Amino acid sequence: MAFNYDQYLRLEKMPTLWCWGCGDGVILKAVIRAIETCGWKQDDVCVVSGIGCSGRFSSYVDFNTVHTTHGRTVAFATGIKLAFPDKKVICVAGDGDALAIGGNHTIHACRRNIDIKFIVINNFIYGLTNSQTSPTTPQGMWTVSQKSGNIDPTFDACKLAIASGASFVARETMLDPKKLEKVLVKGFQHNGFAFFDVMSNCHINLGRKNKMQSAMENLEWIDSITTPLKKWEALSEEEKINKFPTGVLKHDENAKEYCDMYKEVQAFHQGKRKTITQDDFAKKI
Amino acid sequence: MELREVISTGNDLAAEAAVDAGCMFFGGYPITPSSEVMHTISDLLPEVGGTCIQMEDEIAGIAAAVGAGMAGVRTMTATSGPGVSLKAENLGLAQMAEVPLVLVNVMRGGPSTGLPTRVSQGDVRQARNPSHGDYRSITLCAGNLAECYTETVRAFNLADRFMQPVIVLLDETIGHMHGKAMIPTVEDVKKGIVPRKVFTGAPADYRPYGVGDDEAAVLNPMFQGYRYHFTGLHHDGKGFPTEEIETCRKLIQRLEDKVMMHTDEIELNEEYMCDDLEENDVLIIAYGSVSLAAKESIRHLRAAGIKAGLFRPITLWPSPAERIKHFTDKVKNVLCVELNIRQYTEEVERVASRLDIHGLYKVNGRAISPYEIVNKVKEII
Repeated sequence: MAFNYDQYLRLEKMPTLWCWGCGDGVILKAVIRAIETCGWKQDDVCVVSGIGCSGRFSSYVDFNTVHTTHGRTVAFATGIKLAFPDKKVICVAGDGDALAIGGNHTIHACRRNIDIKFIVINNFIYGLTNSQTSPTTPQGMWTVSQKSGNIDPTFDACKLAIASGASFVARETMLDPKKLEKVLVKGFQHNGFAFFDVMSNCHINLGRKNKMQSAMENLEWIDSITTPLKKWEALSEEEKINKFPTGVLKHDENAKEYCDMYKEVQAFHQGKRKTITQDDFAKKI
Repeated sequence: MELREVISTGNDLAAEAAVDAGCMFFGGYPITPSSEVMHTISDLLPEVGGTCIQMEDEIAGIAAAVGAGMAGVRTMTATSGPGVSLKAENLGLAQMAEVPLVLVNVMRGGPSTGLPTRVSQGDVRQARNPSHGDYRSITLCAGNLAECYTETVRAFNLADRFMQPVIVLLDETIGHMHGKAMIPTVEDVKKGIVPRKVFTGAPADYRPYGVGDDEAAVLNPMFQGYRYHFTGLHHDGKGFPTEEIETCRKLIQRLEDKVMMHTDEIELNEEYMCDDLEENDVLIIAYGSVSLAAKESIRHLRAAGIKAGLFRPITLWPSPAERIKHFTDKVKNVLCVELNIRQYTEEVERVASRLDIHGLYKVNGRAISPYEIVNKVKEII
């Protein structure tokens, strides 16, 4: 039987504002299926998004949802999670959101290992604002702010997450939604911070001027720059340079989760409050 | 009301007040001269099952705090002027999405890095409109140690009543002042807590922002079966983005009216030796730590035969327009004393419709002494 998404969608908000052929919808469906597989109740889930095309993600799904300011998704999510540590918090951000304006928050959320699921929809461009260079835009590609070709070196989101101490790091593309779903489930079930770099297409604002005018052409390009981790490891150092490995790149099940550690802080402080009164003060002097 | 005696600092009292008022979350970042608020609350919150987190920057500090507020708990952040500048965008989101939050700003010299360890009241104008767009900021200003406690408590109740951030201004002098204060008991504070309204009907009928023209949003805590949407975009009654013309207009007008049509619930002033003031006497207008010097100066002036009184707004924004006008209509010699240049004087001029308000301003990071005020009064009469 085909999966019924209706229960999880705000159907009155359809159609989405995403362009025809956009990968965001595929990712949205994979996230919904992963949530169902994990058995999470809608009331127990909070989805936090930022600014950009990916920012609209939260308004389409029927959970507790928050559309925040640009780049700050995971900082808001940290407050929500710490206020209700037993609940499930998922962040959805774009590449500009997570790696440019919000880069600092991404680094520190990875470092803290708080149990938030952080999905970066990486379409290599600022799509909603019409084709400006993002941290993941490949060098040489046309952007509206670098018309002779992007000269900024390209960011590897997963390398950043691993270096920052995230305990679960994975990369997938929207080309294989089943595989994406499986990886999402794995990260969702991990007790700690889970970072997903999910590569997606923007044939409108990236592809149009970079010889990938259709969704298919854009996706073929994504296919050409990615390869499963096992195959990637077998490549020569030179071949590795322009290929991104996919799959679970890091999974440390023993890393201590932040909310769990904070419970120890709470235990430490029990019964410690004291207010100094005039009598205490007099005793001191 | 029974009061208890404590010996503490302004910053510590703000932290204690927050916890007594039911605050369960603090997101912050170190900044002089407000850091002690975080130091103290980092001890107090875990004990009551709450959370204090030092975030990676000022922006993340308020973002986490607003997130906790969206989730449904009482929440606070504390900072100083440069931090407010960084937090401004997310203060705007909290205004737009109507998320209650208390922000304590312990003022230091500005602009920019300014005088980090010195006193100032340079953020009064900033507190009125920290970020872009139309909304009405609620700003309270503690004038003594006890008020660092009571105004923080009041800020939490006002934040939940009006569903928006409330700024508590301390200044470096008050924040770091160490002394005796008579403050309400914890029991009285707890009795006085007025939590935010919640909707208890069927989830299908829930319209968090679909309230009356002068009413605050009714935002249920998350995870309780009322799934809705927060956004900083213009939104409809259910919280979803819209560009519908009339809905957009009504939303912003409501943000204005929910505060401005209920200023009687927000206004709080102290009128010190004002009852006997006549036309040729002297009215001093001051707030924050400056008011302590002003009171001292009034005692000296009265001893020297000059009748003077102090009008002290405790709620700075919205300003107590009617009460200021009442006194400025009656008394000819009006002197505003501020640790900035004319920031509140301009508001006094506006509501008084007078351009002959005298001013005594100091922006070198030092406190104003009672004698400076005495001399200035003698100069203007």
